[in-house]
Amino acid sequence: MSFLPYAVAAWLFLVGVWGIVTSRNLIHLVVCLTVVQASTYIVLLGIGYRTDAAAPIFADIPTSTPTVDPVVQALTLTDVVVEATVVALLLALAIQAERRFGTLDPNELGALRG
Amino acid sequence: MEVIAPLAVGAPLMAAAVIAATGSLLPRLAADLVAVAVAAATCVLCVLLLAQSSGGATVVWFGGWHPQDGVAIGVDFAVDGIGAGLAAFIAALTTAALVFSARFLEAEEAHLHVLILVFAAGMVGFCLSGDLFNMFVFFELASVGAFALAGYKVRERQAVEGSLNFAVTNSIGSFLLLTGIALVYGRTGALNLAQAGQAFAHAPADGLVVVAFALIAAGFLVKAAIVPFHFWLPDAYAVALTPACLLFSGAMSELGLYGLGRVYFTVFSGPLGSHREALEAILIGAGVLTALLGATMALLQDHLKRLLAFATVSYMGIFLIGLGTLGAAGVAATAIYVIGDGCAKAALFACVGIVQHRLGGVTQRRLFARGLRIRRTGALFALGGLLLASLPPSGPFLGKSMLDDSLIAANYGWVVAVVVACSMLTGGAVLLAAARVFGGLGTHPTGDRFSEEEGGEPEVEGSRNRTPAVMAWPAVALAAASIAVGLVPGIDRAATAAADRFVDQPTYAREVMSGQRVAVPSVSAPPLRAIDWPLGVASVLGAVGVAAIALRRSRSTGSLAAVADQLDRPLTAIRALHSGHVGDYVAWLVAGAALLGGLVALAAS
Amino acid sequence: MTPRARLAVFALAAVGLAALLVWGLAGLPRFGDYEGRYGRIIARDTVPQRKATDAVGVTTFDYRGIDTLGEEFILLVSVVGVMALLRAHREETDESRARAQELERIRKAPLPSESLTLLGQTLAPIVLVLGIYVVAHGHLTPGGGFQGGVVLAAALLVLYLTTGRTAFRRLRAVAAFEAVEALGALGYALIGVGGLIAGAQFLHNFIPHGHSGLLTGGTVPLANVSVGFAVAGAIATLLSEMLDQDLLRSRGGR
Repeated sequence: MSFLPYAVAAWLFLVGVWGIVTSRNLIHLVVCLTVVQASTYIVLLGIGYRTDAAAPIFADIPTSTPTVDPVVQALTLTDVVVEATVVALLLALAIQAERRFGTLDPNELGALRG
Repeated sequence: MEVIAPLAVGAPLMAAAVIAATGSLLPRLAADLVAVAVAAATCVLCVLLLAQSSGGATVVWFGGWHPQDGVAIGVDFAVDGIGAGLAAFIAALTTAALVFSARFLEAEEAHLHVLILVFAAGMVGFCLSGDLFNMFVFFELASVGAFALAGYKVRERQAVEGSLNFAVTNSIGSFLLLTGIALVYGRTGALNLAQAGQAFAHAPADGLVVVAFALIAAGFLVKAAIVPFHFWLPDAYAVALTPACLLFSGAMSELGLYGLGRVYFTVFSGPLGSHREALEAILIGAGVLTALLGATMALLQDHLKRLLAFATVSYMGIFLIGLGTLGAAGVAATAIYVIGDGCAKAALFACVGIVQHRLGGVTQRRLFARGLRIRRTGALFALGGLLLASLPPSGPFLGKSMLDDSLIAANYGWVVAVVVACSMLTGGAVLLAAARVFGGLGTHPTGDRFSEEEGGEPEVEGSRNRTPAVMAWPAVALAAASIAVGLVPGIDRAATAAADRFVDQPTYAREVMSGQRVAVPSVSAPPLRAIDWPLGVASVLGAVGVAAIALRRSRSTGSLAAVADQLDRPLTAIRALHSGHVGDYVAWLVAGAALLGGLVALAAS
Repeated sequence: MTPRARLAVFALAAVGLAALLVWGLAGLPRFGDYEGRYGRIIARDTVPQRKATDAVGVTTFDYRGIDTLGEEFILLVSVVGVMALLRAHREETDESRARAQELERIRKAPLPSESLTLLGQTLAPIVLVLGIYVVAHGHLTPGGGFQGGVVLAAALLVLYLTTGRTAFRRLRAVAAFEAVEALGALGYALIGVGGLIAGAQFLHNFIPHGHSGLLTGGTVPLANVSVGFAVAGAIATLLSEMLDQDLLRSRGGR
């Protein structure tokens, strides 16, 4: 039971990459990339979790209360922003691909070979 | 100096923000001048850091958060010789690229300046950083800038496809890297390189350590374009704007190898150090495979930029061979080779940019014999080819000779033959292109089933009958720098001293965690062996020979059939693998990651 | 490679990678038993040292502030990149003919119903205030510049969805959004330099920390505001650019 979060993360990673490998639409491919991203969030947050601990916000709890690890939460926050920006760029490329190639199917973009 | 290191990253970032904020209000000339000035200033700052590094590592804790009780609670920059040297090189290339782009049409709204400055800041920050997650953030900063720069010529279909392949594969590489970092944090509770290294120092190499190293290595090797993670590189470099290509080829790929070396030596050399020989075999093997594949593919290319991209892949393999010896001598050789060869490749890309401007084409079949008009560019291009073949006594020659010496000393003498062969093949590929385009020699190449589409758009404003000074001078300066690197007295000594410190985990940990600076002892570099000079000359002659044979005997650029009939089918099969389809590339990436993990697991058992 | 070959390579590789991942992740401490001292030290020290109660926010902007500087500039470069990548689309269409066609299309497009417009116009200011609240309290409760900035940009999206394209066209001031974004990023970097000027290190928290309530945490709330601007500007720019593609839509071809 305690391995479940990490198993989910590994599963998400592989399923997302499978989606990318077999994708037939660039927008679908970008969304599969977000699934892969989600696996990294889960690994990070899963690492920092402590059973029966509070969130690291001391507005209404005494400062000596055990809390979960705030560092991984800050890392995940940074990670989310970083990966969202990559998605934005990829979507812009997908828009241009549709305009240049007339299609969003990766199988049909054949301009670079050899 | 607490000010220099942060400013080396902060200055280009702030300049980029100012240029982005003022946007089209700023006249073009002002944006150019500001960008070039800031890049040059960053170079000066990094050179200062390099000069300081002989007194020990410069450690800057951001926000003043020094370590408490052996736990690093803030983020640091830990600048040593290798890091500062690479950062200075990156800043210098950035200045050259910004000067080169001064006449580029595409830079009207100053987007190009912002992208290049932030890209450079990310790379410099990566070289200076001493914290795993901070390295990841700067790595991503540079990568996102690179994705945008690769797709910049958005009116061309290949640019869109190349940038897509680049972005998807490198993002997946980053996720692997991040997962590895998370594993290290989970076990050691540390993100700081020194602290993690101390925590791991006496730990056994169990499953988590092996997998963390494999994932981090895979992430970095995707950026470094090692087989089978390399497929994205030719696609991306062939379509990017020329100033971006200068930076990509000279500095960005090398960043991946720097990261691998840094993380290995500071964090993993403890647990994996006892399995060193097996690990060396894996890394050197991968390097050999990459070097040979890159060199062969380069010789088969018609498109000049794609040719240089495959040459870059080949050199990344060679640099990995140097790093893979996991010793100071190999690291020192790689450091010098990176700078010497980086300048040469940048000069070659600059020449291709000039050719694109003057002649309006970029493939050999379209440019055949048309380069007779721009013979000086042709001479420079040919010089670049000779430099790739490690013309004595240039920078690449020094780097290659030191590499050969370190390989012989590490009992990998047979790899020297591979390195020599690859420098012959890559140099020969460039000389072949030079002979066809600028000399009109050989038969006019015809296309084959892999022929590339041309990118027809003019990149540069101004008359097609002259080469603008801002394009010519950087090309010449870069070629001159490549030669000069080999002639600077004492550079091999400095590199060896810096490399000694790079591989020294206990001293690094002590300097970072307890704040004591430990001066770098000056060493005497071993002199080059007697065999190096004949090897260098042989490489050059071999490159000329390869070009001559290929000229005489092949009808189309894609077929080496006349040279070796048996090779035609396997070569065509390998070329077909580079299909441009992102799903293929990702499948090979996953295969490579799994293979690498399996091999490291075997090595550590 | 044929799709079948590709899938075969991937399937084999995925089995290997799955085994590796499971093996590596199994070496982590038991889920829920994390012992790391780094997090404990921060959780213990946040309130005494900075008087701000959101440990995650203080970690992001103070202890690990340089990561956030990098993150902000990733946002800037991504927005500039998107603008660069989508620029050709605007330039290519013949300007006057495109504008006439576009106005025609807007005129013919069905307006959203009045109740929807009313809902949007009521909702947008509420969302705006919520965004400002989230940004301002980032150092005390969950939230901060990043989260609040996205909420602020969402107000713009609500207006687009509910008031129809004509009104949205008027609100679109892409250059202004981009300037806001860049200024936000610059502001964060300047806070870092402020630390240098105050005689300490880059990103040193040089403003007095206060005692409790909103004016605590030193530079953290300032950083939150600057990041809030940057993110709101960035998302607004991205939304404008991409929704613009919808307005200028024409079938591209080979």
